Parts: sequence; structure tokens; C-alpha cells
Amino acid sequence: MHWNVIPENIDLLLEGTWLTIEISALALLFSIPIGVFIGLCRVARNRVIANLAIGYIEFIRGVPLLVILLWIYFVLGRFLKLGSYWSAILGLSLFSAAFIAEIVRAGIQSVPRGQMEAARSSGMTYAQAMRFIIFPQAIRKVLPPMASQFIILIKDSSLVSVISVVDLTLVAKNLVATSFVALEIWTFVALLYFCLTFSLSQLIGLLERKYKVLE
Amino acid sequence: MIQVNQVSKSFGHQQVLKAINLTVPKSHVYAIIGPSGAGKSTLIRTMNALESIQAGEILIDGISVHDKKTDINKLRADVGFVFQSFNLYPHLTTVENVAIAPIQVKKVPKKEAEEKARELLSSLGLGEKFASYPGQLSGGQQQRVAIARALAMDPKLMLFDEPTSALDPEMIKEVLDAIRKLAASGMTMVVVTHEMGFAREICDQIVFMADGKIVEVAPPEQFFSNPQSERAKDFLAKVLQH
Repeated sequence: MHWNVIPENIDLLLEGTWLTIEISALALLFSIPIGVFIGLCRVARNRVIANLAIGYIEFIRGVPLLVILLWIYFVLGRFLKLGSYWSAILGLSLFSAAFIAEIVRAGIQSVPRGQMEAARSSGMTYAQAMRFIIFPQAIRKVLPPMASQFIILIKDSSLVSVISVVDLTLVAKNLVATSFVALEIWTFVALLYFCLTFSLSQLIGLLERKYKVLE
Repeated sequence: MIQVNQVSKSFGHQQVLKAINLTVPKSHVYAIIGPSGAGKSTLIRTMNALESIQAGEILIDGISVHDKKTDINKLRADVGFVFQSFNLYPHLTTVENVAIAPIQVKKVPKKEAEEKARELLSSLGLGEKFASYPGQLSGGQQQRVAIARALAMDPKLMLFDEPTSALDPEMIKEVLDAIRKLAASGMTMVVVTHEMGFAREICDQIVFMADGKIVEVAPPEQFFSNPQSERAKDFLAKVLQH
């Protein structure tokens, strides 16, 4: 066993971990508003808007994340001078947003129609009804699937290594290539990923309990 | 106060409202009764544009409800609507349920709106339920909260869509009493109901609907003792025999 490869390279590994956290957190931050926006478009009564949202969701869901990342890095990224770091964040955000949009749609549609009718019949606008009546109820229902989506996002972020973002996965890959110590490094990396996702799911568990109490 | 002129509506190929005409004067109480599928609920829902119409028009205080130029939110703020299934907001307390529309729509200060909500709830016998959530209340209590919620907007007109149909029998009275009190206060009301005794007692006119049409409009004594149409006779024979 060559476990000493871990402490010897702990700086590199932690740097990679930090970059993974950074990219995942930023992608999460961007994908929530984009996803909520597309989810709202998806349930809009305007058919054109709804169909545009459906088109986006279907397209993104139908293309592998790896291909999206490569396309953004080599095509859009070249064109917009994005660089690998922002290409990675953009790719992850756009990809995750499609799934968040579907979760938001399901959440909104899980609120009985009578709630919107009651709110509208009291003179509230569509936006007011959404904000004060539909959203607060939908959020309780969407927290568990959102948690899964965020965890998937962290795990998917390992794919950004292909566009040469030096995240945890790429650090590990490079270390294995130079030290030939595969088992120890990949085991340690797996544990690190698990620590990240598990802390996040615990955090969302806390949120869920907070909203439950209110009911 | 309400004028329904030649209103028609279809769901797909099925015409549910066929050239409906009806006038409800101020401070009058009208009951809409009739067999299920007659279009009663659809008609009352068109009165605040919860349902669209394909032809005709509905005027409330001279304002056309379905005109694209009408500010529908402003109009709805003056029309209270009570649903068969209450539709209270489950994430809000009773006081918040009642106060939210005045706060958001009429911009009443929160404190003032909640004070008024407590008064309304107390007057409906819910003085001990201020902090309760709808899920903790019985059906009858929930429907009274829904009535308070509608009244909090100081409506000119109240519409009730089968307000007691989802209630257990022992809870019907408390809700009907609340509506009775409102009628006595001079509120203009339209009530879709299956409670014949109640309709007979508090309503100025009975509107009998069948097959998407208004078949008969008459004062209760006349309607219940001497209905003119065959359809009404047939209906009354069925509902009054038990």
C-alpha cells in the first residue's frame, strides 16, 4: 500500500477539491434562477413561450453533458473567449437548469388548481398568486428532488476535467499518471466526493425539516 | 348589479351554457338550483371570469367582466367568491389567509389587515382559531374562514359555488348560518346550492337551470309550490321526496 501518496500530495488534492466546490457552487447559483425561469415559462399559458421552454428542456436532456461541455469549450467558448473555467460553469449551469426547470414545473403543477383560482378570484395578479400562494407550497414538494439534482451536479462536475479544468478528478488523474498509485488515490477521491455530496444532502435535510414545521 | 346577457359557453363540442340571460338587482339573493350538469357552477364561475365565455356579455355594476380592456383584478377585488372545496391556503394561518389579499391587492397595512381579519373570524365564530392552519380545522370551520377571506375585501357582491356540498351534514348549518347573516345585512349574493330549504328561506329568487339553460326564474314560494316547467316539476319531485 502506498497511502503516503495522499499526505504527500494533499495540497494538490485540496486545491482540486476546492475548484470542484467552486465550480459546482457557481453552477448551482446560476442554474437555479435559469431553471426557475424556464420552469415558469414551461407552465406559461402562452403556447410559444411554453414550447420554447419545452424545446430547451428536451434538447438539453437529450444531449450528453460531456458533449455539451466540449461544444461550449471548443465552439461557443472560442467564439466568446470564455476559457475552460467559465465554459465549465456555463455548461454545467445550462445542463442543470433544464432538470431544475422540470422539477419546478412538477412542483407548481402539484399545487391544486383551486389555489390559483382562489388567489386570482381575490384580485391578485398572476405574479402575486405565484409568489405568495403557489411558490411557497411548491417549494416544500421540490426540495427532495432538488437535493438529488444538486448532488448530481457535484458529481457531474467531474466531467469538466475533459476541458482541462484542474478539478479534483483531473488532479487525481494526473497524480495517478505520475505516481502509478491508482487504488489509494481513487479511493481517497471517491471519499472526498462523498463528503461533499453528503454534507449537501444533510444541509437540504435541515431545510426540509424547517419547511415541514410550518405546515 | 349583475347582468348576464345572452351568455354561451362550450367545452369542446359540448355547449354548457346556452344563451343565458339573468339580472340580479342590488341587495338581492339569488339561488341557482338544478340537476348536476346543468351548468350552474360554470355560470357562477363566468361571473368573475374564472371561466371564459364564447358569446354574450356579463356586466357587474355596468363593467363588462370579459372585456379584454377591463382590469379584471380590480373587478375581482370587489367580488367575493366561495368555493365548494374551500381552497384555503394550507401554508398560511387563518388570519393570514384572510389578510393576504387586502395586504397584497389593496395595500392595506399588515397590522390593520390582520386586526380586521381577527374581527371577521370572530364574528364567524372562529375567535379561537387565529393561529390554526387550514389542515387543523373541520370542513365547516374551513368554509367559514373562506367566507371571512372573501369578506375581507369588502366585496359589493358575493358568489357561492355549492358552499356546503363538500361538508359533513352536521357542519352544513354553521356555514348556512353565516350566509344567512350576510343576506340579512343586505349583501348581494348568488348561491349555487342543493340546499332547498335554505334556498327557499333566504332567497329572493330561485333560478332553475337544466341542460345549460335557465328554465325558470321565480320567487321561492311560487317556485316550490307551483313550478311552471315540466323540468322543474320533475326535479322537485326527485329532490323533495326524501
